[in-house]
Amino acid sequence: MSIQTTRRGFLKTTAAGSAVLLIGLTPKGALASGTEGAALNPFVKIGSDGHVTAIIKHFEMGQGSTTGLATLIAEELGVTMEQIGFEYAPSNPSIYNNLFFGPAQGTGGSTSMANSFQQYRQAGAAAREMLKEAAAQKWGVEARSLDIVDGMITNGADSASIGDFVEAAMGLAVPENPKMRPSNEWKLIGNPAIGRVDNFDKINGQGKFAMDVQLENQMVVVLARTPRLGGLVKSVDESAAKEIKGFINAAPLPNSVAVAVFAENTWAAFQARDALEIEWDFSNAETRSSEDLKAEIFAALDRDPGYAVMGDHVVTNAALESADQIIEGQFFFPLLAHAPMEPETCTIEPTADGGVILHDGAQFPTFGHGALAQILELPMDKVQVNTLYAGGSFGRRANSVADYNTECALAFALTDRIRPVKLVWSREDDIRGGFYRPAFGHKVRVGIDADGTILGWDHRIAGQSIMKGTIMELMAVKDGVDNSSVEGVADTAYSIPAMSTGLTDIPKATNVLWWRSVGHTHTAYVMEMMIDMVAEAAGKDPLEFRLSLLSEENEKQARMAAVLKLVAEKSGWADGAPEGRSRGIAVHHSFESYVAEVIEISGGGEAPVKIENIWCAVDCGIPVNPNMIEAQMQGGIGYGLGAIMRNHITLTEGETDQSNFPDYEPLRIGDIGSIEVHILPSVEAPTGVGEPGVPPAGPALANAIARAGGPRVFELPMAEAGIEFA
Amino acid sequence: MKITINGQSHEVDVAEGTPLLWVIRDELKLTGTKFGCGVASCGACTVHLNGEPVRSCQTFIEDAEGAEITTIEAMSADPIGAAVQQAWQEHNVVQCGYCQSGQIMSAVGLLSETPKPSIEDIDNYMEGNACRCATYQRIRSAILRASEIMEA
Repeated sequence: MSIQTTRRGFLKTTAAGSAVLLIGLTPKGALASGTEGAALNPFVKIGSDGHVTAIIKHFEMGQGSTTGLATLIAEELGVTMEQIGFEYAPSNPSIYNNLFFGPAQGTGGSTSMANSFQQYRQAGAAAREMLKEAAAQKWGVEARSLDIVDGMITNGADSASIGDFVEAAMGLAVPENPKMRPSNEWKLIGNPAIGRVDNFDKINGQGKFAMDVQLENQMVVVLARTPRLGGLVKSVDESAAKEIKGFINAAPLPNSVAVAVFAENTWAAFQARDALEIEWDFSNAETRSSEDLKAEIFAALDRDPGYAVMGDHVVTNAALESADQIIEGQFFFPLLAHAPMEPETCTIEPTADGGVILHDGAQFPTFGHGALAQILELPMDKVQVNTLYAGGSFGRRANSVADYNTECALAFALTDRIRPVKLVWSREDDIRGGFYRPAFGHKVRVGIDADGTILGWDHRIAGQSIMKGTIMELMAVKDGVDNSSVEGVADTAYSIPAMSTGLTDIPKATNVLWWRSVGHTHTAYVMEMMIDMVAEAAGKDPLEFRLSLLSEENEKQARMAAVLKLVAEKSGWADGAPEGRSRGIAVHHSFESYVAEVIEISGGGEAPVKIENIWCAVDCGIPVNPNMIEAQMQGGIGYGLGAIMRNHITLTEGETDQSNFPDYEPLRIGDIGSIEVHILPSVEAPTGVGEPGVPPAGPALANAIARAGGPRVFELPMAEAGIEFA
Repeated sequence: MKITINGQSHEVDVAEGTPLLWVIRDELKLTGTKFGCGVASCGACTVHLNGEPVRSCQTFIEDAEGAEITTIEAMSADPIGAAVQQAWQEHNVVQCGYCQSGQIMSAVGLLSETPKPSIEDIDNYMEGNACRCATYQRIRSAILRASEIMEA
């Protein structure tokens, strides 16, 4: 069927104005210059008015990518943060690919700064050298006698705005290896006074998120999706929906997994969806409940693992048999929804040339771009991606099937392609919509001798693979092992003798997806709680015990030890917790960064637990924007703790039980006290900050509760395991 | 139906029972007020109705008729609103930013009632405004800073 729409309406595009200097990589990879409109996609744009625009290849979900990448350009070029703005890059992976992801443009794995650090500084430096050369020619001096400071080219005697030389610089060759400023000249990188470039947009309601797209003549589409994975639409009766003012039409998507409901506005679409009578065919649908999934996981932990991941279990077993004491733990981690503040949404707008524009908080433009081209049978160059602010993601907006972009394209394809179609998810759609952090179980047995020294460590993991069956499988699965299921255990930084790890895959009951810090969401909890239990059994201080497993000779271990020592110093660990308080400690290495945290609670024994104070120490290489690193640590800790305290998704015969914030309660302002963040100085290349704050938070809290006389919490969330929070 | 938003009167043609949120966003295209949950559980849709913060997703158009409605778009013209926005910038509160319109509207409500709030006052008043980025610590410090700015 084709849904007829009436009026036409396209947004007018405005032509480029005055001369601009664009610096970037050509499709062949060499630096080149050009003018806007030429076949060149740059990282730096400079207007003849001297205003600089950084072209940002990573979307902004709050992690600070726009500020971070703009800082790199501003630093090298020699302008202030007030003189630089930003635009998002278009979808073009030959230029804007994530250098760690091969030929794909996307944001994830806490890599935005790490993969851009050289590239964006190089682009800024090239622009600086060209502007200097243009000024040198005009002034009859050597370019090397000039510098750019606060947007002015100067040689001491003469001084002029960089904008004055943009036109002349456009005709110059781009230097192949422009010299970058040495770190002792940095004014912006590492400067804690540098604030966010997106502050203004986000405090006055002017910043445009994907949910805010309001195109002339647009329709809103919402979907009534199968409540169980594998269900199909059998029939739909829309007669009651016709009574809703603003309802246009309803029809099943071609793949029958949902009914698309078109309306003139969002409220009408929601109302009309509620009025539909849909009959589902569940003959091939998921029937398992979360209790079944948990039982399967626990049963798998008692069998020989599907894959031997690392170590030799014969050696481990022998070591455990010789042990004086075995410390054991069996853990369960539930399904989790990401629940970003902005529910999933995107808009497809038809263009006058028969193509489309996807308006999206686009985390992985390459996936959405490809999905639209395929579904709408358009050549790739007829699909544009307009990236907007994303209201959080935590992993949700990136998936290889581009789920909600695909839904919008399928719905748009049902229409006559005249009116823009905006897909809106409700909060209920988001909480019930799958793509959850998979459920995992761990079973660990650690053998120690009479002195408390670890002799062997047997570690079994079972859960649903995130990567298998997706396009990511080639990259992330080796010899059958999905690295994201075992990261944080199999590559532990600790020196543990006779350690072996096994993994068993469990069939999925829902779609599953990476969730802020991915496998580390569960592996760090298990490792850091087991280490704590071993320290306790050995009668050793949890900090000292950890340090005893970390050698100064090994770089990774030395960096782990350094953050532990820093957090211990700042929290006054050696002095112990104040009266009525208890403390837990944890450390973890993820996304090439090192984070240690101390959590101090009151209560925990008989009284409800209250999280009073948190200290965090992070080593993320060169701290480009300290203010944003602090924010990411605070945010990561809060995001992790909220879930560990009380969030879980449960299923009844394949259908999600939770539906909205009242039964998937987010962390609230009163739930946590202060979070003090300390950044280790470093000259190493920058590494991740968006995710690494999450992993140590859960085990630090769990360890604090145990120190307070509470139970060891082996099954999450804590609230379901009997822990009461104040 | 006639409603007054940010001092301007608008004639809107919407179905009875339409939440104020969707009138503001879809009819008047004032998109600073956000949709987060639809059940008054996250606070992203907070606006002021006759100066009091309300959740616009659970305020129906009939109840808004004749009232003075104020949204985030008008906050820079409000002395308390401007102080809060300045403090929000100084403290780099925002991350993704999606909840922040609602946070600011609630913070203005708090400071209107209690110009010098304690941390406990802040935690109690702001409990209904969820932030999945967990910017809570900076929200606290920015509210205290806004209180200082107001006093100056």
